[in-house]
Amino acid sequence: MNDLSLHLLDIVQNSLAAGATFITVRIEENPRKNFLTMSVEDNGCGMNDEQLQKLSDPFFTSRTTRRVGLGVPLLRQTAEQSGGKLEVVSRPGKGTCLTARFQYDHLDRPPLGDVANAMVLMISANPGVDFAYKYSYNENSYEITTLQLRDALDGAPLNDMNIMEMIEEMIKENQNDLKVCQIE
Amino acid sequence: MTKIKSLDDLRQKKQQLEQSMEIREKSDHPESLVQIKVAMATCGIASGARTVMNALVEKIKKENVPAVVTQTGCMGYCYAEPTVEVTKPGFDPVVFSYVDVKKAEEIVDKYILNNELIDGIIPPNYQTI
Repeated sequence: MNDLSLHLLDIVQNSLAAGATFITVRIEENPRKNFLTMSVEDNGCGMNDEQLQKLSDPFFTSRTTRRVGLGVPLLRQTAEQSGGKLEVVSRPGKGTCLTARFQYDHLDRPPLGDVANAMVLMISANPGVDFAYKYSYNENSYEITTLQLRDALDGAPLNDMNIMEMIEEMIKENQNDLKVCQIE
Repeated sequence: MTKIKSLDDLRQKKQQLEQSMEIREKSDHPESLVQIKVAMATCGIASGARTVMNALVEKIKKENVPAVVTQTGCMGYCYAEPTVEVTKPGFDPVVFSYVDVKKAEEIVDKYILNNELIDGIIPPNYQTI
């Protein structure tokens, strides 16, 4: 995985496999306090204590298509090698919240990558799932949900190629604005 | 056109596109569209599935193909990632292996638009590996 947005795509796939219908993605970049967090919260089927304990074991997976599950162990490794950690809170039947924390200026922290593109791909590829996305840079933040998008677009399909391009542009413009306003 | 920054800008731009008929009708029947599924589990993503998905989206837009691109989990073909499953209306699904940007474009040009099969098709398999 070359950047954190690829980990994000991977972790959200776990939420989808857990039957989530609402997924919240939060990215918090905070150079001032020297941390970066990435969290994915879903309303999927959740995990019991046993599954939760085995979550970072690469040879544990609930899937039947293969015998290894590398997504979470890889993210944990990336977080820990960047002076951070990975936390997972889950309740069966309620959902799961996974938070990866990184030291912002750590040499081994991978770049954040193109999160806006990752969000648009996830939104367009899963029309039956609602997403909320919150991006913060220091104290300022930008938030968007698929409910707002559907409302603004009057029900036009979010997986239409033109619509996808427009949403990506909007998210990127707002994210860039947050950064530009705060260059010190 | 200035950049899209707010939901209002998004709404206006969408209306412009609607007038020029560049946006699919929301009443589209999904079964009449080509369904393209990109395997986006850890194995797929690490092998470049995201680049492939972006390339497919770009190509479909360029060629104006009536298709939807969705993502799926691991299909069990980790050794052959990135994999892409294409289901044309009235046809059985076909899974393409080792897809990169060039092959993604080939899938659209040759298989989707011209019914021509290309190398790297994974035969139907009804057992998990």
